[in-house]
Amino acid sequence: MLQIDGLGHAYAGHPVLRDVDLTVRRGELVSIVGPSGCGKSTLLRCVAGLTAPARGTIRIDGRPVAGVPGGLAVVFQEYGRSLLPWLTVRDNVALPLRRRGGTRAQRRAAAASALDAVGLAAVAARRPWQLSGGMQQRVAIARALAFRPSLLLMDEPFGSVDAQTREDLEDLLLTVRGPEMTILFVTHDIDESVYVGDRVVVLNGSPAGVVADLPVTLPTRGEQIATREQAEFVRLRAEVGRQVRKA
Amino acid sequence: MSVASAASRPALAAGRLAAVVARRWAVAVALVAAWEIVTRRRGDVFFPPPSAIVARMHELWFSGPATRLWLTPAATADLLPSLGRMAAGLAGALLAGVTLGVALGRSPRTLAYLDPLLQFGRSVPPPTLVPVFVVLLHLGTTMQVTSIVSGAVWPILLNAADGARSVDPVQTDTARVFGLSATDRLRTIILPSALPKIFAGLRLSLSLALILMVFSEMLPGTANGIGFQLIDAQSRSDLPTTWAAVALLGILGYLLNTLLLGVERRALRGHDATRGGERP
Ligand SMILES: Nc1ncnc2c1ncn2[C@@H]1O[C@H](COP(=O)(O)OP(=O)(O)OP(=O)(O)O)[C@@H](O)[C@H]1O
Ligand SMILES: [Mg+2]
Repeated sequence: MLQIDGLGHAYAGHPVLRDVDLTVRRGELVSIVGPSGCGKSTLLRCVAGLTAPARGTIRIDGRPVAGVPGGLAVVFQEYGRSLLPWLTVRDNVALPLRRRGGTRAQRRAAAASALDAVGLAAVAARRPWQLSGGMQQRVAIARALAFRPSLLLMDEPFGSVDAQTREDLEDLLLTVRGPEMTILFVTHDIDESVYVGDRVVVLNGSPAGVVADLPVTLPTRGEQIATREQAEFVRLRAEVGRQVRKA
Repeated sequence: MSVASAASRPALAAGRLAAVVARRWAVAVALVAAWEIVTRRRGDVFFPPPSAIVARMHELWFSGPATRLWLTPAATADLLPSLGRMAAGLAGALLAGVTLGVALGRSPRTLAYLDPLLQFGRSVPPPTLVPVFVVLLHLGTTMQVTSIVSGAVWPILLNAADGARSVDPVQTDTARVFGLSATDRLRTIILPSALPKIFAGLRLSLSLALILMVFSEMLPGTANGIGFQLIDAQSRSDLPTTWAAVALLGILGYLLNTLLLGVERRALRGHDATRGGERP
């Protein structure tokens, strides 16, 4: 589905990414972790076609990415600024669906069910700036999910919510993902990367490259506490932590 | 809570409102009163007392029948054409200013090339172009409306360009990612982002339009309008009418500005909390 070869990028001569290789199968959920400022958001921007990489190629379904690929949804790290303050929460979620066709009523229904899934049905008629940071983040997630993307890029999407909501959202993500939805999930939470990911890719170094690409094979999945107690989970978490901290 | 206190609350609020209004207007009222006293004492024909001016305004424009909103035929003959020209001029300036401004704001390179020209256009004192339009278009409504547009378009254009340029890049990225159509981008991102600036420009344009409206009506060959009244009364040395027209223009400017502020507040209500927007 997604193939990144020798990707490199620099901002004003300051190298950020170097020789990033990554292949993602359709329907896979890949966690990306790495120290702050190492270039995770930059990598997502390149995949999204928002930033043209200085070097390397990105292919989606074999075709090189030039511009924003279709069927893409992004939950931006600056989630609050990505919502339009003059639209209601519902209209924010429904806006991208216009491109998907369907009637206005259908779009509103899709928006309503996505908002319901993130627990925000009650604030659909409010404006984003009337919500807390964590609620805004959930609106951005609802907007991406309602879009039913084939490629979903999430940049620290659960960073501003409380622990309980975070676990609920992690489980929601695992429920809504399907064989047709490929997900890149950037997080700085090592536990989370192992919990949600099929694979954990660690970016590190300066300029950063892929220093580890660990498949997650957990015997059982889906229940927060039990999953996190498994020996395999603990082992993976320790391994990812070592790779992230490695200077 | 007792019934009595609930009942007295509206009265209390009304009282407080009256107090605020009284305080705000106290100075103005005192100054007008002083003006009245001084002008009456002096008896100068060039400076009639405010009461005489108000009486003349009433007699000229507002002593009509209630069925016609108390407007006299003179009021409809002079006020309406003036207001009509101003409205047409402002509408033209708004349309042209927003269209050009947003287009320029979204293409930084064109804006950079045209910037010196735009600064020049804005710096030309608006009334100086009126004689040019007189030659080009002859006297009449077309010339007057064109004059108003030519002066009032600049603040709107420059502000709209500035507003359209300063759209939050995260919003632009969002639009690109979700593949919003050009119309959707314009309608849901660019115009709303530019709206506060457009209103700021519109407020400036409003006063320019008022100036140009009067100025273009003061030219020889005009047959109606407040500017015409003003110049006509002056030629007849009718000082109370001259002053009445001046006062009317002041009131008109004040009312239109208040109206615009009201529209602006409504239009920007959804915008966001950083502007001190309360819950609607
Ligand atoms: N637009 C930009 N212009 C210049 N430098 C930039 C720009 N965006 C990012 N950088 C730099 O590139 C590096 C990587 O930034 P990036 O946002 O990709 O990091 P990140 O891994 O997402 O960090 P975080 O975990 O804090 O979000 C940082 O050193 C940052 O200073
Ligand atoms: Mg980042």
